[in-house]
Amino acid sequence: MPTAAGGVTRAGTIVLAFERVTCAFAGKTPGERYTAVADTSLAIGEGEFVSVVGPTGCGKSTLLNVAAGLLAPSSGRALVEGDTLAGINARAGYMFQADALMPWRNALDNVTAGLEFRGVSREAAAARGREWLARVGLAGFEHRYPHQLSGGMRKRVALAQMLILDPQILLMDEPFSALDVQTRQLMENELLELWSSNRKSVLFITHDLEEAIALSDRVVVLSAGPATHPIGEFPIDLPRPRDVAEIRLSPRFVELHEAIWHVLKSEVLKGYAQGKR
Amino acid sequence: MRKASGDSRPGRASLALWHVAILAILFGVWYALTTPGLVDEAYANKIAFFFGRPLQVVKVVIAWFTSGKIYPHLAITLWETLLAFAIGSIFGLAVGLWLALSPTASAIAEPYITALNAMPRVILAPIFAVWFGLGVLSKVALGVTLVFFIVFFNVYQGVKEVSPVVLANARMLGASRKQLLRAIYLPSATSWVFSSLHTSVGMAFVGAVVGEYLGSAKGVGYLILQAEGVFDINTVIAGIVVLTVFALLLDFIVTKIEARLLVWRPRTAETEAL
Repeated sequence: MPTAAGGVTRAGTIVLAFERVTCAFAGKTPGERYTAVADTSLAIGEGEFVSVVGPTGCGKSTLLNVAAGLLAPSSGRALVEGDTLAGINARAGYMFQADALMPWRNALDNVTAGLEFRGVSREAAAARGREWLARVGLAGFEHRYPHQLSGGMRKRVALAQMLILDPQILLMDEPFSALDVQTRQLMENELLELWSSNRKSVLFITHDLEEAIALSDRVVVLSAGPATHPIGEFPIDLPRPRDVAEIRLSPRFVELHEAIWHVLKSEVLKGYAQGKR
Repeated sequence: MRKASGDSRPGRASLALWHVAILAILFGVWYALTTPGLVDEAYANKIAFFFGRPLQVVKVVIAWFTSGKIYPHLAITLWETLLAFAIGSIFGLAVGLWLALSPTASAIAEPYITALNAMPRVILAPIFAVWFGLGVLSKVALGVTLVFFIVFFNVYQGVKEVSPVVLANARMLGASRKQLLRAIYLPSATSWVFSSLHTSVGMAFVGAVVGEYLGSAKGVGYLILQAEGVFDINTVIAGIVVLTVFALLLDFIVTKIEARLLVWRPRTAETEAL
């Protein structure tokens, strides 16, 4: 079932690709080196939802930062629509794991920040900001500051902040991992709904296999670190539209889960053993 | 922290009562010790020479305000305080931002900043008097040297501690370097400036009064200096009382301004009235 790592993608143009990307960091002592990601190739097609799963601390976020242009790889390159990426990836939106909203701006001003940076007029930006806040279910919360919003609401603001710029590529780094299970499933469904109305290419990082299967068209399994690299790819042929809570009960989901977990399990155990040391 | 078995803290009304009572007791003891008849006259006069007499002090304060003699002096002191605070803050903010964002500049400036900060800056007052004369400017200069470092260190720290995630997020949203300065660094730094508002306003006030005391022709510090010259201890203490009340007033205003400007700051256990 698993295809060769990074080899085949489904039909359609490739929007985002990693070409033999390696990321090494200087260690604590001089001369020491830590290789987070090693020789990774991966391609994401237009409108494709790809999840990357792997044990905690395996360098998933490093991969995402390379795609965002926040981090230059030690060797290899990231390609956006065939062009080598240099500097910030302007065609991508990034949703961070941690809270990334500006605490001194209210919800509306946070959502419109990207428009402001692009020189859109205040009124036009505010109008679109209100529209997007309503779309993520936060109409009436425009003037709340981040600390006055719940964790789930802050994630919604972050989602609107990213989507208002209409990026072609969505990079998401365990965006819902800090939420409770119920809120999380609601947010996952909302994300799928927003995504299906205007299909973007998504690279979704998570350590939660169920989340990955429920959301994605394709799941990529990474090995435990150091020197993380893809060790398996699984197309997810579950029908859409999906309800993330219900789909977990379908027999095909269970089958897929079993197959992927078979590959992932040994890596998780490896990662766990390293964490204990 | 509340105790499980009842709250031992006094309520609002009884707390105010306590505050007034302590003040009354202090005043009473002061009065008793300096009034001939209640203590031996020779002792009373000796104590009054050093500590003044409360009723005389009150009389001086009342005379100041009824005759209007104090207002121009207060106005000068306030003006010096405000100027010192504003100029010191702007310099502190600008230099703090610059050094925090430019590692080379900060590495070069570091020993000088440390030395200037370690120096007891009140000692600069005579030099400022020579440079700027005995007018407002020399007091403002002294206040600026005091305010600058408080604001500078706060801004420097504030910029260094900007959340890297917030920063990365703004970059992903397309902020240029200039926009990052405006949208991230400046608000983050100003929030630190505001949180040091109490200290810096207080320091501006200290600069103004000490400057006046060391040589001036106007201001509350000047009044105190004059009175001290003729051993008029009552007037000295009256000046101190006026300055204290004034400082409390400034602090109160700063608290109000702070609450308005830092609405976005989370407070612990915030509830909303329905």
